[in-house]
Amino acid sequence: MKWARSIAIVFLVLISTACLLADFVAPASYARQFRDVPAAAPSHQHLLGTDDLGRDRFSRVLYGTRVSLLLAPAAALFSTLLAAVVGGIAGFGGGWLQRCVMAATDLFLSLPWLFLLITVRALLPLNVSPQVSVMITFTLLGCLGWAGAARVICADARALSQSDFILLARASGSSGFRLLWRHLMPNLKPVLYAQFWISVPVFILTEANLGILGLGVAEPLPSWGSLLRELESFSTISPQAWQFVPLLLFIATVSSFHLVLTKEELAA
Amino acid sequence: MHLKLSGLAKLAVKILTVVLLGGFLGATLVRLAPGFGVDEEELDVRLSNESIQTLRQAQTTDQNLAVFYFHYLNRVLHGDLGTSRTLQRPVSQLLAERMPETLKSIGLGLAFAWTLGLSLAIAIVMSRAWYLDLGASLLAGTLLCLPAAVLALLFVLAQAPARLVLGLIVFPKIFRFSRNLLARSSSLPHVLTARAKGLGNMRLLVWHILPPAAPQLLALAGVSVSMAFAAAIPIEALCDLPGIGQLAWKAALGRDIALLINLTMIVTLVTLVANSASDLLGQSFHRASA
Repeated sequence: MKWARSIAIVFLVLISTACLLADFVAPASYARQFRDVPAAAPSHQHLLGTDDLGRDRFSRVLYGTRVSLLLAPAAALFSTLLAAVVGGIAGFGGGWLQRCVMAATDLFLSLPWLFLLITVRALLPLNVSPQVSVMITFTLLGCLGWAGAARVICADARALSQSDFILLARASGSSGFRLLWRHLMPNLKPVLYAQFWISVPVFILTEANLGILGLGVAEPLPSWGSLLRELESFSTISPQAWQFVPLLLFIATVSSFHLVLTKEELAA
Repeated sequence: MHLKLSGLAKLAVKILTVVLLGGFLGATLVRLAPGFGVDEEELDVRLSNESIQTLRQAQTTDQNLAVFYFHYLNRVLHGDLGTSRTLQRPVSQLLAERMPETLKSIGLGLAFAWTLGLSLAIAIVMSRAWYLDLGASLLAGTLLCLPAAVLALLFVLAQAPARLVLGLIVFPKIFRFSRNLLARSSSLPHVLTARAKGLGNMRLLVWHILPPAAPQLLALAGVSVSMAFAAAIPIEALCDLPGIGQLAWKAALGRDIALLINLTMIVTLVTLVANSASDLLGQSFHRASA
């Protein structure tokens, strides 16, 4: 499956570049309305047509993909780091510390993910600016998505802390923090790497779910959630097949993230 | 027997601890929620100053944190889950009305997901047909890349039965996990020997492949309940199924924190019981087969 992985990486690089250059590539701003051509078909001016409010769909796809592709990895990085700190310290410390942290993780994991997410989201203001709503959504994902990864990291850290090289380092006089930072953490890299890549598509999917439910990124800023929400207005009487382009792009991107990890990395 | 009872007691203590901690967390969230301690009736211009003072006096009993926790737990233990702010109805009544709908959706969805996922996994492992494996893996892979809400929207557009969406959301996880488990189980030395000795496919499956994988499959059954509950929110909200998921969504949009927290706690309790039951079944199966 090396070829599939290579295609996935190339696709992710291409789409990330296109999104990062959205300011130059997009024919219009994501919020600009072409009021004389709402819900238009694809044309030279509007490659993917316009939405019901007359906004250029291609531009919105580029900007929306940028929001999700930049912030989902950022949230994944945050949650992986949080998991590394919590799981690493618990696994390294062992004993009551590990038991306490694992109990907290158990409690966290027994709460259904989407229920927990919308509960905490509802606690925060809903009527906020688009930029704030983006930050709230992805910060929440980062803050609440650490538990599963922490469990895996804790088990790995525990196994590593009982290994021979740690024993040797201890015997050579390495103290707690140095042992943790110089010897344990570098060896946890493969697990952290795998957890990061596993979290990214999960967060993208969750943001899309929240966006479609109206609890994600606020309009007019596009994200995959709001782009996919457009399918609600799909009419079977006058079908516009190009409305499905964001969905196809979404599937391609999420499956590329799934394919990035090799079997060995997943096993780590 | 003694072992079984101690296992049960441990699980009961675990569930109780989680529920108490969850209740504590829930009460904290309710207390921190915007609008706590403010009664909308205070805005009624017809009320006199004395009446407003009386209303405020009634709210002050819950201002003390310890008293608030005690009252909250006491009410919950007596089955009083409070009143929904947005719907102006007792939460317990709303739960009684909507829980059967969600349980029906989840039951049907899980039955569909397990039938499809497990039978495909068994067919692939027994026949070793690469094209079947490829087709099923592609289907599962595509479904894994679709948000539950999009699948629900597509089903609404296609006017297909909405309850199937839940099954399609859970199916890929069940299929992938059970296929890997059964594949590992079918490559065990005793299975290879049995196959070499000419044992029939059905006997091989029932007596040699399924038993070693059963505890993990049972654990997966418990986890799938939790997955189904999470998927119920977007599906019920978008397909207009009047269940717990739709109620949670409405509560989130209306910022009805008390209702949301109670819903989350109830769902957590149900998933915990399901997980514990599957764990217990798995353990007893393991002991019996050992």
